[in-house]
Amino acid sequence: MQALEALTREARALAQGAIGLTPAETEVARQMQICNACRYCEGFCAVFPAMTRRLEFGKADIHFLANLCHNCGACLHACQYAPPHEFAVNVPQAMAQVRGQTYADFAWPMALGRLYQRNGLTLSVALAVGLALFLMLALALNGRLWGGHLHGNFNALFPHNLLVGLFAPVFLWAVLALGMGVRRFWREVTPATTGQPVRAPAAAEATHDVLRLKYLDGGHGEGCNNADDAFTLARRRAHHLTFYGFLLCFAATSVATVYHYAFGWNAPYELPSLPKLLGVVGGISLLLGTAWLFRLNLQRDPQHGDAAQKPMDLGFIALLFLTAASGLALWLGRGTPALAILLSVHLGAVMALFATLPYGKFAHGIFRTAALLRHAVEKRQPNTLALGAD
Amino acid sequence: MSFQTSNGPDVLVIGGGNAALCAALMARESGATVLLLEAAPREWRGGNSGHTRNLRCMHDTPQDVLVDAYPEEEYWQDLLKVTGGLTDEHLARLVIRASATCRDWMRAHGVHFQPPLSGALHVARTNAFFMGGGKALVNAYYRSAERLGVQVRYQAPVDRIEIEGGRFKAAWANGERIQARACVLAAGGFESNRDWLREAWGRNERGEWPADNFLIRGTRFNQGVLLRHLLDDHGADRIGDPTQAHMVAIDARAPLYDGGICTRIDCVSLGVVVNREARRFYDEGEDFWPKRYAIWGRLVAQQPGQIGFSVIDAKAVGRFMPPVFPGVKADSLPELARQLGLDEAAFLQTLGDYNAACRVGTFDHTALDDCHTEGLSPAKTHWARPIDTAPFYGYELKPGITFTYLGLKTDETAAVRFGGAPSANLFVAGEMMAGNVLGKGYTAGVGMSIGTAFGRIAGTQAARAALMQEVLHASA
Repeated sequence: MQALEALTREARALAQGAIGLTPAETEVARQMQICNACRYCEGFCAVFPAMTRRLEFGKADIHFLANLCHNCGACLHACQYAPPHEFAVNVPQAMAQVRGQTYADFAWPMALGRLYQRNGLTLSVALAVGLALFLMLALALNGRLWGGHLHGNFNALFPHNLLVGLFAPVFLWAVLALGMGVRRFWREVTPATTGQPVRAPAAAEATHDVLRLKYLDGGHGEGCNNADDAFTLARRRAHHLTFYGFLLCFAATSVATVYHYAFGWNAPYELPSLPKLLGVVGGISLLLGTAWLFRLNLQRDPQHGDAAQKPMDLGFIALLFLTAASGLALWLGRGTPALAILLSVHLGAVMALFATLPYGKFAHGIFRTAALLRHAVEKRQPNTLALGAD
Repeated sequence: MSFQTSNGPDVLVIGGGNAALCAALMARESGATVLLLEAAPREWRGGNSGHTRNLRCMHDTPQDVLVDAYPEEEYWQDLLKVTGGLTDEHLARLVIRASATCRDWMRAHGVHFQPPLSGALHVARTNAFFMGGGKALVNAYYRSAERLGVQVRYQAPVDRIEIEGGRFKAAWANGERIQARACVLAAGGFESNRDWLREAWGRNERGEWPADNFLIRGTRFNQGVLLRHLLDDHGADRIGDPTQAHMVAIDARAPLYDGGICTRIDCVSLGVVVNREARRFYDEGEDFWPKRYAIWGRLVAQQPGQIGFSVIDAKAVGRFMPPVFPGVKADSLPELARQLGLDEAAFLQTLGDYNAACRVGTFDHTALDDCHTEGLSPAKTHWARPIDTAPFYGYELKPGITFTYLGLKTDETAAVRFGGAPSANLFVAGEMMAGNVLGKGYTAGVGMSIGTAFGRIAGTQAARAALMQEVLHASA
């Protein structure tokens, strides 16, 4: 009879994901148990208010909290239990390790999740392949890489339909893979976050928190930590430059696509055309943002985050920078004999960027958005715990 | 700054916690050059301030994170009540009034406040919480101090000072003599000094040395070296009783030092507490958290082995702040007794008597409800419900000492006194003088109010004393 009870308990625990934790997840659960008994950091971000709704931390809770964490570092510098304290609490690091693991575990198809583990190599190979592809294509189509009779006309080198034929499948693959990955994540964390559906107020709040990067403001508006215990808005601003720069570049391409198919207006577009305006502003913003992020990343307190993910972070930033820089260089050098090379480099970089989107740092934005959305839903539900109410 | 080549800084601050930092910042703002000596290495800086979380504040109308009002008189009455009159009304009121106005200054030095933490709503009216807790506050003060040009030295414990005719001359740290025109002592109590605690608490009627079983909730660096030096070697005027301290019941598995807030056990009122002999010894349902929190450390210290066991059943789960270590869990009371190492028969007798005596009315953990025991000694006067629903949980308790109240007697200028006369250039702040206001007992956030008020006074007075000396020197 007792054996049966034990079995039932074990089955229930399994269903709740209480056992079968990886070492990184166990570490988060251990630290959350300490944090939940302290709670001094409640004002910094969404992680700690979400934590206080729980007494135990199962697999799904841990995945949810890890992706809710923005790695701002505030709780580490404020922590009375941070190393060298024997409790060795370092929430940003523990969360980052689980986060890295969730990107790989939720990747679609699962086999490609392994690409995360050697992300620096993945990016390098993708970039090399992308560059080689376009340089060889240019050579084959133009006869040479320097000069030729292009007169600033991209389409004379790579016919529009060829580019569409190359980029559309890669882009659609990236969208599909990311979508499938985040869908699996969503399905896992939804039951752990009340299971309630998303309604407009929650969606609006999450959108606001994503677009403004609320949780890099430190909870007090002076920003998060980077090199030390001082607060800085630099990380938030550099992210904004990068994110909105990327969106503007993406918008430039989208508008150009509409121009091409709806109006028959063919590239290249010159100033002050809309695609060019969007592209130049976005490109400069992306260039500045990624350069700033790269510098901040190198100055980062080594205790923050997961050192193993540094190549992924820096690789992604560098690839975005190369994409922006080569795009701007292409615009400035369009009338020169370097056109073929510049165009090949830019297209190679863009190809590598899109091909690796679902298996690299880009995923952090997608998974964190999903976590913020679930948090916005969960916080609107009544808390079932009545702790310390006296 | 030139003080390293000349006769040292204007103001030497000894200590590195809240009071010391407040003194250093105020002295620097008054135009003095300041050197701060922190005994701990940088990663352990800040003393017990790193474990604090709020400041008890007087306010007559709602203020940013503080709701309603907490007027001077009510604050004073609260202090009077918890100290049982062992306080100095003049100094207490000075602290209370200072708490009403110090927060803008704190903000200017980078401290952020936030509404009360979950589980601490009962102090929403009286206490302003530091965002991120005391270590965030300490970090902010150090950043501000360094920005203003305060020199900070870590791993610089001062073991003695030179005093001539009541005047501070120099301090000795790591064998180096450091001169200054004025000095602020803010180096904490002696709670980390286990030998001194042993000596102060002595031996009890069972032949035990109770203090040997105390855990220290805060820093390991408050050895009281300077406090003893001032009291014994310089005959500074003293205040307070060495056995008086802020003491709470904490998880017996807590580390010897720096367990901080998270080791508290908050389910006392939801169950029963028994001693090593499996007997109850006090009314677990006497009062709400603040009072309960403040008395159970001493209650456990009086029990054999300085050990207690808080026992609850499944009904209590989710009703108290989660403990840092999981409780001992059992599916039956006999099993729980065995796991806790208690005499099974005695434990079952205690629990049986208690369960039979419970008169359950309408359970309400947010009020002094009508669930009580009848014919039981000691009674449980509120929240008494039978412990009968598996699983059962037990938490072993030990006394956890936060800070000691023995200190240096002072006045409204924060001056150290010798034979009733105030020193012209030696001042004291923080735990080293908190006993002037807190003779015994405690109420949340008042330690930081005292440290902030007297730290600021001491810094200002020290700068004034130092700069006056400079003027005298120049005109001589």
